[in-house]
Amino acid sequence: MYHYDEYDRRFLEERVAQYRDQVRRRLAGQLSEDEFRSLRLMNGLYLQLHAYMLRISIPYGTLSSAKLRGLAEVARRWDKGYGHFTTRQNIQFNWIHLEDTPDILVHLATVELHGIQTSGNSFRNITTDPFAGVAADEIDDPRPYCEIVRQWSALHPEFSFLPRKFKIAINAASEDRAAVKIHDLGLNLRRNAAGEIGFEVLVGGGLGRTPILAQTVRDFVPRRELLAYITACLRVYNQYGRRDNLFKSRIKILVQSLGIEKYRAEVEDEYAAMGAERDALALPDAAVAAMQAQFAPPAYREAANDDAELRRAQAAEPEFARWIERNTRPHKQAGHAIVIVSLKPLGRPTGDCSASQMETVAELADTLSFGEVRVTHDQNLVLPHVRKSALYDLWLRLGAADLATPNIGLASDIIACPGLDYCSLATARSIPVAQALSRHLAEREVAIGPLQIKISGCINACGHHHVGHIGILGLEKNGAESYQITVGGSDSARAALGGIVGPAVAADEVTATVDRLVDTYLRLRRDGERFPDTYRRVGLAPFKEALYVAR
Amino acid sequence: MLLDKHGVLGPDTWRHLGDDEPAADGEAVTISFKRWQAEGERWREHSGPLGLRLPNDIAPAAIAAALDRVALVVLNFPRFVDGRAYSQARLLRDRFGFRGELRAAGNVLRDQLLFMARCGFDSFEVDTERARAENWSTAFREFDLFYQPANDRAEPILWRRLRNWQTAAE
Repeated sequence: MYHYDEYDRRFLEERVAQYRDQVRRRLAGQLSEDEFRSLRLMNGLYLQLHAYMLRISIPYGTLSSAKLRGLAEVARRWDKGYGHFTTRQNIQFNWIHLEDTPDILVHLATVELHGIQTSGNSFRNITTDPFAGVAADEIDDPRPYCEIVRQWSALHPEFSFLPRKFKIAINAASEDRAAVKIHDLGLNLRRNAAGEIGFEVLVGGGLGRTPILAQTVRDFVPRRELLAYITACLRVYNQYGRRDNLFKSRIKILVQSLGIEKYRAEVEDEYAAMGAERDALALPDAAVAAMQAQFAPPAYREAANDDAELRRAQAAEPEFARWIERNTRPHKQAGHAIVIVSLKPLGRPTGDCSASQMETVAELADTLSFGEVRVTHDQNLVLPHVRKSALYDLWLRLGAADLATPNIGLASDIIACPGLDYCSLATARSIPVAQALSRHLAEREVAIGPLQIKISGCINACGHHHVGHIGILGLEKNGAESYQITVGGSDSARAALGGIVGPAVAADEVTATVDRLVDTYLRLRRDGERFPDTYRRVGLAPFKEALYVAR
Repeated sequence: MLLDKHGVLGPDTWRHLGDDEPAADGEAVTISFKRWQAEGERWREHSGPLGLRLPNDIAPAAIAAALDRVALVVLNFPRFVDGRAYSQARLLRDRFGFRGELRAAGNVLRDQLLFMARCGFDSFEVDTERARAENWSTAFREFDLFYQPANDRAEPILWRRLRNWQTAAE
């Protein structure tokens, strides 16, 4: 795991001092709210419906136990005792006082965390596979590249006032667990015929009111050239992206209006002209190697890959067996497993985590997972290196903290944004809809199998509804909340946007509508077929029809 | 007044001509990009220092041929959130090798000054009262470490660290 050195620490101290002065100037009336707004947003501070919300960056979703304890402390001292993990692998605190924020950032700096660029029209948190470094299907560990890009993008002098926010994701495995195609810039790590590492660069993906999947700009950029090539991509966007209309200012709109060929030609022209700047940005192998050393695997103890004892425990306790089946994944180290800690207990707000739960997970990480924790983009936590012999004990201890709901990837493992309960942009509530759905579907979720339900409380699509197998978008119509429903979306390597099944429905009709869509899927699916595959085969019509008949 | 990149306030010694205003002999003047396009050859013969004001939606390549004659380029920030001129500045400095004065005009605020300086700006049209009251001159010294190469040639942390590692290994 990456640890700060003296340079990172000093940089962060300077940043906190700068921010403290900005808050002071705001409180002294020297800065207008409009001027301060953009400054506080660059530190992740939003003004929401009831209070300030502070979003803390969790770089590529990787936490140490110390960082998690640091977050628990923020929840306890400055918030109402809990935090909310987001689809950008970040955490946000919803009940913050402006005056406290400099102290919060000082506290967070002691555990190497900050809120830099968790909002604003610049680079946001770089995201990646939550199983990075431990997944069996990985080509190379993406985290060193994430950290290199994170550092390069921090307070970038040229790209801190882009037309709009800019999200980067890196995927390094055969299965895409980073959803690169819904990012402004997606990187697929690849190895070429000569065995060299490089990246496929995709640009122009995004959700929001104009959902578009990213397209390939270049098949293979050698890793040495990664930062220089991204610079070219960004410089074209910074100069030509629209600034007259907030809703048309993401890079996806630029790529759409130019066409990918023309955008690519602009980038290639810029890149070809960069000359000395390219040399200044070139990543020497030694720099990559040194960064990779920071992410060396932990000192796994030899563990027998004998599952006999585990199987006995599973046979004795069906609940434990179900948790093993749903909440653990294969680990590339023999005798170990990846454990997903569910933040989706039935009927509770998705992604919320109390201070004491954070401390529990930190403690378990220390004793059972080399002090490491990950955050997933579907709002759960991960203990990435657990010995199989410790799984039973872990299950008991997670269960005691309400963190062992065996529902990963199932219907009740819903993604939802905070919605109108907190967010000033929301047009409808998300949390109660998710709660009702998870309670209702939990009983038959095992029979349903893998199903991703994603809910956004407004068109900005923080809940990624477009790429949910079933997507739910909260709208406001004549003063009442209504919900538009889509089916067949996917954020996997075969990413797809869902199709709208019919007119929006009222809040109290959502559960029944989803029920019918699930029934239709179950009726039509061929053995073991996942929802998006069934949809790809049968199309939208049967789903529309099922709802139409019911009306 | 103008702020320089060392944080010193001083008078603006240039006159910024409207599109039909004449210049006096030997006078330091700036003209708009539009005027340069229409009357460029004539302005080459102007007996005093010449500056160009480039709107932020014109690619710097469009004035590349003028740079040997021009001592000042003024770039514009119509709103502080409109960051196009950062890229223009980098291109003027790095791509086209402009060594004259590069000035930021428009909605120039304290908290953008360091970004601007790193992109190659060296003077800033500021609100003098605010600049004094809010001590803008210290804005250039808020950081002494940076993560990325830029026009200021500061050694980025990533590369500096690598050098340290390599020295330690030898």
